[in-house]
Amino acid sequence: MNKIETRNVNLHYGDFHALKGINMSIVENSVTALIGPSGCGKSTYLRLFNRMNDLISNVRIEGDILVEGKDIYERGVDVDELRKKVGMVFQKPNPFPKTIFENVAYGLRVNGIKNSAFIEERVERSLQQSALWEEVKDKLKKSAFELSGGQQQRLCIARALAIEPTVLLMDEPASALDPLSTAKIEELIYELKNKYTIIIVTHNMQQAGRVSDRTAFFYMGELIESDETKVIFTNPKNVRTQNYITGRFG
Amino acid sequence: MSHLDTELKYLKDELLVMFKLVQLQVAKCKSALMNFDTDLAKEILVNEKRVNAMELKIDRDCENILALFNPVAIDLRFVLATLKINSNLERIGDNAEGIARYVMDVHEAFPTEFTTAYAIGEMADIALSMLEDAIIALENEDTTAARKIFLKDDALDTINKRATRTTMELMLKKNAMPLHFLNLLSIVRKLERVGDQTKNISEEIIFYIEAKVLRHAQNTD
Repeated sequence: MNKIETRNVNLHYGDFHALKGINMSIVENSVTALIGPSGCGKSTYLRLFNRMNDLISNVRIEGDILVEGKDIYERGVDVDELRKKVGMVFQKPNPFPKTIFENVAYGLRVNGIKNSAFIEERVERSLQQSALWEEVKDKLKKSAFELSGGQQQRLCIARALAIEPTVLLMDEPASALDPLSTAKIEELIYELKNKYTIIIVTHNMQQAGRVSDRTAFFYMGELIESDETKVIFTNPKNVRTQNYITGRFG
Repeated sequence: MSHLDTELKYLKDELLVMFKLVQLQVAKCKSALMNFDTDLAKEILVNEKRVNAMELKIDRDCENILALFNPVAIDLRFVLATLKINSNLERIGDNAEGIARYVMDVHEAFPTEFTTAYAIGEMADIALSMLEDAIIALENEDTTAARKIFLKDDALDTINKRATRTTMELMLKKNAMPLHFLNLLSIVRKLERVGDQTKNISEEIIFYIEAKVLRHAQNTD
């Protein structure tokens, strides 16, 4: 089943045509990697699905963008509800200036959940899902800033998971991390896809190869090729894709 | 288990299935030959398609692992060794198919006196035990088991070298069709090749586990 679909999507930042006629489907419970050179539209495309582009003043979007079969740009769509369903993790870990516990509990509290036992259970579960629980279970009251970069990023993932999204958007989630932390994040992504639909923007093609089921190559706002990752990296159909993944340009 | 570990385990499991399939083909060859069982020979020919299909699948899986995971060290050696082991197993399968075709093509059983003179049964047993050693070596990452194969291959080589003299002696004494001798000589050569290919496999297993290259080496210690 397709979790997300875009049909003939065009996006302009003022006069700049950033996304050109994008048609793509994203299957449920899979990891899709978006690759391409800087400025090609990968992050712009990613931000469509939780309407983060709405925050940019001169943006104009055309086409259909469906999540679970519903057009998320239709009049009357509750953007807050959408952003609960479609979580996001950013390149630079951005924990709140709160304790580890409160970072994860925050989303639950602002959604009106007051039951302490429920919050505690959900915080523990989220931290376990993000493979951080064993490292922080004895210091939940400590500041999130006392964690390492890799731990902070896993905390941000736990924070996103706490409100039970169905889709996770990850914009270069490991690019600011050391190799060991990167490996942990990648293993986490591989495990999370059993429950979530994940879209990841990455500049690291080896990472795309390791974690994703499908890979989409963008170039100058166009979707050049989208296929199973093993096909993209063994026998891409488009010569531009081949040139990019072999490092001949970009 | 990491994603790469899962893929490598799956590849190893596939390779072991291929190993056992080819071992069974060789075992059936011995039976088909010694009992002149043409039905069994037909089975070998049919199963050869499975061997070929598995070879292609394993090659593809190796390609995917190299492209997607950039393995290094022992993981890289394992994938490289698998490519070569796979190819050798497929050739063993071809040899088994070739022997099965001889059984299909002759109209009567090879006389026992001849198969004994050529030590066909003994060769087949040695080849099968070499394959068994290779399976154990791969399953348990046991290079001692892999090294046992080299001596056994020497035994096969000795029998093979005797085969030409055996042919001359039998032709002088017996009035059997020359075709029997030619076919039996070819079967001996094929069984000897199975031994060589199994020895190649053991060298690749040692390479994967110990990072030692034994190909073209004088001593295989």
